[in-house]
Amino acid sequence: MTLFLTLASRNLFHDRVRLIATVVGIVFSIVLVTVQLGVFLSFQDMVTTMIDHAQADFWIVPAETKSFEDSSLLAGRERLHALSVDGVTDAIPVVVGYTSWRKPNGGASKSVLLVGAPITAGGLYPWDVVEGSRDHLSMPDSVAIDRSYAVQLGVAQIGGKAEINNQKARVVAMTRGIRSFTTTPHVFTSLDTARTYLGVPANKANYYVVRIAPTANAGLVRRRIAASLPDAEVLTSQEFRQRSRLFWLFDTGAGAGLLGSAILAVIVGTIIVAQTLYSSAKDHLKEFATLRAIGSSRTYILKVIIAQALLSAVVGFSMAAAIDLALVKATADAALPVVMTPGLTLGLFALTLAMCAVAAVSAIRVVTRIDPVLVFAQ
Amino acid sequence: MKEIVIEATDIVKVLGEGAGRVDALKGINLALAGGELTLLMGPSGSGKTTLLSILGCMLTPTAGSIQIRGRATTGLGSEQLARLRRENIGFVFQSYHLFPTLTAAENVCLALDVRGEPLPAARRKAEAALATVGLAHKAKSFPRELSGGEQQRVAIARAIVGDPSLVLADEPTAALDSESGHTVMTLLADIAKDPKRALFIVTHDPRIMPFADRVLRIEDGRIAGDQRPGERKRGARSLKLAS
Repeated sequence: MTLFLTLASRNLFHDRVRLIATVVGIVFSIVLVTVQLGVFLSFQDMVTTMIDHAQADFWIVPAETKSFEDSSLLAGRERLHALSVDGVTDAIPVVVGYTSWRKPNGGASKSVLLVGAPITAGGLYPWDVVEGSRDHLSMPDSVAIDRSYAVQLGVAQIGGKAEINNQKARVVAMTRGIRSFTTTPHVFTSLDTARTYLGVPANKANYYVVRIAPTANAGLVRRRIAASLPDAEVLTSQEFRQRSRLFWLFDTGAGAGLLGSAILAVIVGTIIVAQTLYSSAKDHLKEFATLRAIGSSRTYILKVIIAQALLSAVVGFSMAAAIDLALVKATADAALPVVMTPGLTLGLFALTLAMCAVAAVSAIRVVTRIDPVLVFAQ
Repeated sequence: MKEIVIEATDIVKVLGEGAGRVDALKGINLALAGGELTLLMGPSGSGKTTLLSILGCMLTPTAGSIQIRGRATTGLGSEQLARLRRENIGFVFQSYHLFPTLTAAENVCLALDVRGEPLPAARRKAEAALATVGLAHKAKSFPRELSGGEQQRVAIARAIVGDPSLVLADEPTAALDSESGHTVMTLLADIAKDPKRALFIVTHDPRIMPFADRVLRIEDGRIAGDQRPGERKRGARSLKLAS
């Protein structure tokens, strides 16, 4: 280890109280940023989970649709228009709507998001079925719920009964991991059953999942569908995802709130670290003056301060990462789990280093202005 | 003919301004030769530390010039002056100014590390310098584990490890007991025997006068006396530090 690193690390670890203050500042900041960004990432993925699992080349959506969950009904002629375009192999209707769920033993009703699509068409149906069978959804009044909502919905097992919009419903399948980012559970059913529950006319739907032939010119097909449907939009899955994310993350303010909190955490962390590095530099002024007196360059002194800041960053980040991992594990089954990706981990490490480097500026200002004559003061 | 290591010509230093203005130095002319131990004595406020700071290139004079081994310092920036210090000057301070978190060897090494000297070579030289001051066995000790005299000897090792042509010492014995002071002065006197190196000590301590080749007296910012006491009287026999 070069001597400036030795000096930086010894100065850092010598004053344990200050080190603890620095590390607590970093840990507090980074854990808070992780939670905010982890929830942001999780939220970003969850708001598009239905779009991600639909086998769509295009989506026909009502004009100005903002998200998958918030949609009006299409006019009803869109399916035939789409099927009349060369290259389109299918246009699968999807019905979506909020409705009420009443537990079998009565009590207050609960809001659910009902998703209905033809079970055999391969457009959008429940995935990761772990109990019962998806095929049973073709039977009247049959629904699928996620196991994580079983208690909340009052249905402990397959065959359990409830009421949807005051109509009978029977759970025939349970999925695993289809969580809603809101407190409203998803309930899957067939297209016809969904129309019945939601009172949607037989020729209407909220969306059409369009599939095209592998040899078709996607751009051309899309333009032709769109040209004949002035009250609807034709979106790629990516565009629909983007629109849903923008709506939920920014139009509702939820994402902006998370990002704002993350930025605030970085600022608070930077200030705490800056304060401790500054006071450390002030306490070691005579040492830095001695360094300057014996001929060290400003760069050498800067290296000591920066090394001290970066060492704080490494120690703080290591502790924060351990807490983050525990948080990820603890929230894995929550409605909105904290997500930690390798990219986010690397990004947070870079952020920690940058935060500490910025925090070192105040200390650097003190030591670079130091007068070596200070060594003669008693 | 002894080689002149540092030469100060017509040095004037004004500190502060307006009502707080102090004429700290009022035209100092001084040349220090290699192989000589020079003491600068004078009352408090006479300009000793200001002159030491200027000779050490830490403070720039208001007027006059400094030449170190023939190189003028006038007009040099702070980084160039720092370079001049690390290449030519060693410092010994009254309060030692050792780094408490570094061992004795690391403290000595630091003077070479700031010069960019590779660490293995710096370590070897540091060990040799510690051996010179009789502290090879304390290389791994931290300053808090050393006595005042030992700390000052480590500081001397740090001052000489880079083989400077000028060693400046500020009250090197002021914080030491008689025995330690004697040891430190014996060391400094030995170091001053090198004909390529000048030693300049600012002191209030009359007990170290027997070690001097030359004694300068400064009063009110001017050199008021310049004496060469004759033969060096170094060593314990001629020194009565306890008196």
